[in-house]
Amino acid sequence: MGFYLAQLLTGLANASSLFLIASGLSIIFGVTRIVNFAHGSFYMLGAYLAYTLVTTLQGGIPGYWFSVLAAAVLVGGIGLVVELTILRRIYRAPELFQLVATFGVVLIVQDATLAIWGAEDLLGPRAPGLDRAVRLMGEPIPEYDLALIAIGPAVLAAIWLVFHRTRWGVLVRAATQDREMVGALGVNQAWLFSAAFVLGSALAGLGGALQIPREAVSLQMDLSIIGEAFVVVVIGGMGSVTGAFVAAVLISVLNAFAILIFPQVSIVLPFVVMAAVLIVRPYGLFGRPGSEHGGAEEPEQPLRLLDQRSTMVLLALVAMLAFSPAVVSDFTTILLVDVMVATLFAVSLHFMMGIGGMVSFGHAAYFGVGAYAAAMAVKMLGWGMLPAMALGPVAAALAALFFGWFCVRLSGVYLAMLTMAAAQILWGVTFQWQEVTGGDDGILGVWPAEWAKSDRVYFYLALVLCLGGIWLLRRVAHSPFGYTLRGVRDSRIRAEAIGIDTRFHQWMGFTLAGTLAGLAGVVFVFSKGSVFPDALSIGHSIDGLIMVLLGGIHALAGPVYGAMAMVLIEDWVSRLDYWRFIFGGIILTVVLLAPDGIAGGVRRLIQLVRRDAA
Amino acid sequence: MLEIDGLTARYGRAQILNGVSLTLGDNEVVALLGRNGAGKSTTMKSVMGLVRQTGGSIRHGGQEIRGRASHTICRAGIGYVPEDRRIFGELTVEENLEVGRRPAREGAPQWTTEHLFQLFPNLAERRRNLGKQLSGGEQQMLTIARTLMGNPSLVLLDEPSEGIAPVIVEQMANVISELKREGLSVLISEQNLHFAREVSDRAYIIEKGTMRYEGKFSDLDANPEISTKYLAV
Ligand SMILES: Nc1ncnc2c1ncn2[C@@H]1O[C@H](COP(=O)(O)OP(=O)(O)O)[C@@H](O)[C@H]1O
Ligand SMILES: [Mg+2]
Repeated sequence: MGFYLAQLLTGLANASSLFLIASGLSIIFGVTRIVNFAHGSFYMLGAYLAYTLVTTLQGGIPGYWFSVLAAAVLVGGIGLVVELTILRRIYRAPELFQLVATFGVVLIVQDATLAIWGAEDLLGPRAPGLDRAVRLMGEPIPEYDLALIAIGPAVLAAIWLVFHRTRWGVLVRAATQDREMVGALGVNQAWLFSAAFVLGSALAGLGGALQIPREAVSLQMDLSIIGEAFVVVVIGGMGSVTGAFVAAVLISVLNAFAILIFPQVSIVLPFVVMAAVLIVRPYGLFGRPGSEHGGAEEPEQPLRLLDQRSTMVLLALVAMLAFSPAVVSDFTTILLVDVMVATLFAVSLHFMMGIGGMVSFGHAAYFGVGAYAAAMAVKMLGWGMLPAMALGPVAAALAALFFGWFCVRLSGVYLAMLTMAAAQILWGVTFQWQEVTGGDDGILGVWPAEWAKSDRVYFYLALVLCLGGIWLLRRVAHSPFGYTLRGVRDSRIRAEAIGIDTRFHQWMGFTLAGTLAGLAGVVFVFSKGSVFPDALSIGHSIDGLIMVLLGGIHALAGPVYGAMAMVLIEDWVSRLDYWRFIFGGIILTVVLLAPDGIAGGVRRLIQLVRRDAA
Repeated sequence: MLEIDGLTARYGRAQILNGVSLTLGDNEVVALLGRNGAGKSTTMKSVMGLVRQTGGSIRHGGQEIRGRASHTICRAGIGYVPEDRRIFGELTVEENLEVGRRPAREGAPQWTTEHLFQLFPNLAERRRNLGKQLSGGEQQMLTIARTLMGNPSLVLLDEPSEGIAPVIVEQMANVISELKREGLSVLISEQNLHFAREVSDRAYIIEKGTMRYEGKFSDLDANPEISTKYLAV
């Protein structure tokens, strides 16, 4: 009995930490509609700052709590800087751009933290006065856990009071429902957004600061928490603080007991719970559909078929690509294969987002399934390269068919979150199922068949497969199916009114995009000779998003530019120290200077040059 | 008070307003008539800075306001009552009013919660209810009250009589007369000619984003072919 009580209390203590970070994320999303990937970075900064303050102050009980609060305030200040210098400039850009910008912040904070605090994990001191364990029903319970269990509800109550008893809180709640109307009633949204962002960041900082007696402060804190924090926000309903609390308790307590039965479950459990909740309640436990008003996004412009001149340019580029192995070094040839793989991956994601109107935070899952299926066919079934290459996309299609069926029941951010959940589940399985997938060690030695061994031959094989895949997606985009899909994207209601089965079309679009991501994965695995769980990770999915968005979502050429830029920049900067800092800086520069992506930026540049010439 | 001249506006690529012009004098109530989809709401949203305007001018008290952020337009004394009400459903009636509250402004009547509860007695009884629990008529009252909390000198009322019971429409007419008595100017968009005639001094008729008529209701009644052409469904 006592053992279960101890388990429950551990769960509740975890719930408090999770709630602190998730509540801030939820407030920020509710008011600004920004999916803030940098929230985990604020959490990490809170921990590092608290560590430094506690260890330098050495001030006993008051010193400890002062440090915790000061760290939260400082992180709130950092949040303010990020809001004022970056996000405020792009509130009118499509929502996903802000997401990419926050990811740029993640990269910059990573390297800034590394530069300031070093790569070593830091072990914080215990909380003075709360450094022992009390015995409850014979089980030792850390006093600090009990304190955390009290802090969570106390913070919830404080937020509730602010939201219901102050004018600012009332405005925040109103803006969560219909921010455009709040503006029309004379409220300067910019300041409301800043304040919400500061409060949210400070809560993340507080969550991180309170964590130092419980876990080592490390550079992995940011991305390790962000997935779970998103899950909590989504389960609770985006924008609902109470929902975040209930969801944090639900996840943490379930987890505390589930690991007793099945120890590996931790990685996937939150995502499974989220998928289950979203299917029953598409807006989370306490969430409501957001207002349709005040969306910043411009309606999509129609895609144009290429005119003759652009077709010539494109053909010339392909021809240059085709002849390149004759002129360039082997190293460049290999790099070009990377570019082609990334391009196909990005084009397939663009198809899903730009044409299908479904944003995915988990597209890498299908890339990874394709790669793993081919690798496993070679290694375990002893298949040849070509049959394995055929199996990859089929496996990816099946996975996309399965998860897509759930995802297309939702829309917007919730759909995106469910795609992320699906990817996380697949990643968890790959990571943990050591005997079959090799777990963390991946699958090695997956080389092309004898005839395709040379870099050049493989280059041509990759060229045929990737160009074929891109050509297929373009054909479909301009087929009746593609037009229907765009109709569904622009107005689901209108499409339904004329008798289109919108879900079915989206489901098929999802599956097609997944299949071609799988093809990209196949080309990838044989060019590298190995595959690791990274291929399915959130990080890789975000790479895809960055390529699509930086390239420009409105143009079919967008993902091509994006992928080229991404691979070349990564190849260049990843050899430097602090490459994340540089890469994050590049992302922010593009986002701030060309909110319509590289394709839009290039188009505007051409217009500018032409006007000057005329 | 308000002068709109050659206003053009669009949603995405679709041009909706093709040069709308309209003037509204001090303490005047003017009706903007037109069929569904004619561009009445878009005109009002343009004044509030809620849609992208591409050309023309909007002057308020002599000042150009086109292209300004909507909160500054509100603070200049223009109140907006949207047609779909846009009540904050999760907020109580009192909290909805709080969102609209602005400091007193010179040259405009100042409203308090108590004063508004006298004008809208139904709301007083439901002050602690959530917005989403109100009936359609009550929500319509609440949006007007919420806008008045900003102490505007000009109110844009978008189809106030739409979708509410006849008794309440009558009450609405009284409220508009009360606003005029308080010295406010009101631009009211309507499809209901009868209601518009009861409350306003003059009328404009808009069709496909273009002004087709401007004048007195008496002239409109004398030339029934105009209303048949632009208003009848
Ligand atoms: N958000 C929108 N996006 C695209 N078109 C719109 C939007 N709102 C209105 N329209 C179009 O603009 C035109 C004018 O609409 P509106 O100003 O609402 O007319 P009214 O208020 O006179 O009924 C209509 O053809 C309508 O279809
Ligand atoms: Mg209208």
